[in-house]
Amino acid sequence: MNPIIKSITQEYLRSDLPSFKAGDRVTVHYKIKEGNKERIQQFQGDVIQRRNSGTAESFTVRKISNGVGVERIFPMNSPYIEKIEVNRRGKVRRARIFYLRKTVGKASRIKEKRS
Amino acid sequence: MEGLIGKKIGMTSIYDANGRSVACTVIEAGPCVVTQVKTEKTDGYSAIQMAWGDVKEKHTNAAITGHCAKANTSAKREFFEFRNPDEAEASAKQGDVFDVNIFEEGQFVDIIGTSKGKGFQGVVKRHGFAGVGESTHGQHNRLRAPGSIGACSFPARVFKGMRMAGRTGGDTVKAVNLQVLRIMPDQHLLLVKGSVPGHNGSIVIVER
Repeated sequence: MNPIIKSITQEYLRSDLPSFKAGDRVTVHYKIKEGNKERIQQFQGDVIQRRNSGTAESFTVRKISNGVGVERIFPMNSPYIEKIEVNRRGKVRRARIFYLRKTVGKASRIKEKRS
Repeated sequence: MEGLIGKKIGMTSIYDANGRSVACTVIEAGPCVVTQVKTEKTDGYSAIQMAWGDVKEKHTNAAITGHCAKANTSAKREFFEFRNPDEAEASAKQGDVFDVNIFEEGQFVDIIGTSKGKGFQGVVKRHGFAGVGESTHGQHNRLRAPGSIGACSFPARVFKGMRMAGRTGGDTVKAVNLQVLRIMPDQHLLLVKGSVPGHNGSIVIVER
């Protein structure tokens, strides 16, 4: 990357968020603006991918809500992210666990990482 | 019309005051030296000639070195005339230096650059034609063809300006009304919203 662009983007990167990868279960506290009011919404689910780098980095969280799979994409460095909690570290073999979309029931479990 | 000469550095995205991600182009602009002030009286038109970018002595010639010496500066690489300056700008003198501080954040600017060369291209890419044929139903070689280019014994010729295949890109293009998102005077940098014509590293003109 061009060193000038790198130095500019450095200011927009967030360093206060915990590290997590695909397979981890996270709770994202996301600020929502409704008119003038601001409130915080939580979204808990499994991270199924992290993509791009720098300011453009984003991650996808998947959860099953009332039997329907819901996926939400968050920009990694967005000021709207209040905080991210890592609830559980998962053990998966790939960086993008899209196969979860096709699994039902027991098969859609992710093994917990034992350290 | 006042502006600066500069270089396109590249694109990135930043978060604006509302927390939205905005695609932007980084431009290194200025500092530019006024090398000549042209007036109606002496040159037949009014303009401010500016120069940007240092060049090594062995890569330039005596004419350019001498011209720049009149403005008490070293030989420069790029020259551009900004036509029809308003009164305040016309008071600029030879040797004056302008940098990115002539712009303000939130202001809209125009940027002139040379678009990326695409080589010899067909009409589908070059002029947005839809092509003629289908890929099935027995056809095999008319998918991206231009179709008819004229009638028959009348007019018995092809009209001038008929859009056809040819060299594409590499034109001078002006991108208008780009918002200045951020100014970094220490590094002579300008962040504008959206894209700018040309390769990274190509010369661009930023106009107010």
